[in-house]
Amino acid sequence: MSQLQLRNVSLSRNNKVILQNINLDIAQGEWTSIVGPNGAGKSTLLQALAGLLPYEGSIQVGGAELRSIAVKARAQEIAWLEQASTIPDGLDIGLRVYDIAMLGRLPHQNWLSVPSSQDHVLVEQAMRQTEVWDLRERFFNQLSGGERQRVLLARLFAAQTSILLMDEPIANLDPPHQADLLKWQTALSTQGKTSITVLHEIQFALQAENLILLGKKGIHHQGKSDDPLTHQALIDLFDGRIELSKLGKHWVALAR
Amino acid sequence: MRPPLLPRVLALLLLSIALLCLGAILGSGGIAWNTDAAIVFDIRLPRSAGAWLAGALLGLAGAIAQGVFRNPLADPYLLGSASGALMGVALVLGFSQAISNSGFELIGLNSGAFIGALLGVVAALILAGGYRSSLRLLLSGVVISVILGAGNALFTFVRPDLYQRFQAFMLGNTSLLDWQGVYLMLLVWLVCIAFALLLSAALNALSLGENTAKTLGLPIDQMRLGLIAILALATGAAVAQTGLIAFIGLAAPHLVRRFANGSQRTHLLMSSLAGGILLLASDLLARTVLAPLELPVGIVTAVLGGSYLLLLLRRQALGVSA
Repeated sequence: MSQLQLRNVSLSRNNKVILQNINLDIAQGEWTSIVGPNGAGKSTLLQALAGLLPYEGSIQVGGAELRSIAVKARAQEIAWLEQASTIPDGLDIGLRVYDIAMLGRLPHQNWLSVPSSQDHVLVEQAMRQTEVWDLRERFFNQLSGGERQRVLLARLFAAQTSILLMDEPIANLDPPHQADLLKWQTALSTQGKTSITVLHEIQFALQAENLILLGKKGIHHQGKSDDPLTHQALIDLFDGRIELSKLGKHWVALAR
Repeated sequence: MRPPLLPRVLALLLLSIALLCLGAILGSGGIAWNTDAAIVFDIRLPRSAGAWLAGALLGLAGAIAQGVFRNPLADPYLLGSASGALMGVALVLGFSQAISNSGFELIGLNSGAFIGALLGVVAALILAGGYRSSLRLLLSGVVISVILGAGNALFTFVRPDLYQRFQAFMLGNTSLLDWQGVYLMLLVWLVCIAFALLLSAALNALSLGENTAKTLGLPIDQMRLGLIAILALATGAAVAQTGLIAFIGLAAPHLVRRFANGSQRTHLLMSSLAGGILLLASDLLARTVLAPLELPVGIVTAVLGGSYLLLLLRRQALGVSA
């Protein structure tokens, strides 16, 4: 069953068409990775799914048209992790790590946003999952890039949405924490959550169940990530400049 | 654990009340107990209460401006309200003398400043093509300030005879506050603080950037417009009664930021109280430092606020992330 269904979707930014007539089906409860060269429109696609961009065509979320879902209902259903490098630096209003993670619960709170005891439980759970619980009283702006990223991931997980959109979730993480992505994805899958990640690290993208390959001319290929056809499409997408080989039970990509 | 917030807010309130009492008994010759009741109730009290309220409005507006624009240098005057208010005063001054019975003298300087301040912000909003982009709004505010500032400079050039009254407004003036002005500001302050506290969740959300904020389930654009409306109303009301008082709106939010535990709601409230304390204390200084001569309060706030910010800048980086 597909939870996200895109039909003839076109996206533009500043009057420039980025993606045209996209058709996609994204399965419920599975992990899908979007891969492609720089400038292919991966982040744009993810932002559209988060409801941040106007679109032509139809995006159905669980049977409802995305643009007609109310802001609050949408936030309870879909969480989006912004690419860390695009979050503007600004005024440090003295928010601590715990406050940032608690922002994930905002969609479930009223306007006064007073956290319930359940909010506290879920935030602690999420923070322990991404190993930032010990940092909870630190000021967010004093953390390293990788620590911040794990706090933002905790914010995302605390939202408890059925769909998670993550734009380069492991970009600033050290290798052990990058590997945690697989642990987190397994946890999300067992909870039946749909996860869509934009990943530059192809070997991690290959761990997802499904791959969407975005090229300069739109969708290059969509398929299971262990399918030889998908592998061939992936090699073609990068002009034959990578090769895939199996290491243990995982596929790895090497530049050549 | 984090220290509780209530004692801190109460401390600010107590300090405010203490300063108000001091304002009532402090005369040009120092503390005097046997003063005529009329002097206390008709002159000193409205002046002190008015100074506190104007400061509280500016402190609140400053905290909103810094939060909405995510900029530690933002102040209440940056959306064109200051130059708009000055333009309003210039128009009222100019026209009420040039054309008798034109209706301009009926508007009065206070209302002229208030309307001017609001129109300045509306002009900035229109120029920015709406309220959805903070950066465009900020730039439009700067442009409006420059254009209206040129108009104001032209006015003082053409009518040098009115320059002194114009300048009194530019420097800020608390000596003409009366009970009517106090009631007006109290009403505006109560409305502004109530709505600001309701909308403060948007400021927390905006700390993750505008895009992420929009995915957190709040009508961010509308809430931001509401906050800008509060900013304009609070600034306009304060400027209309006391003129352009410098630095309160910039310094008060920084003064209390460390004590608010990262909660925007508490920060807005504390900034407002701190703004009131700053302006009232400055007013007391302005009345007494060179007594019986009185300093324009705007000069005192500029010196006090400026040196405080300098101190803060040397100690820490004003909360700007590296």
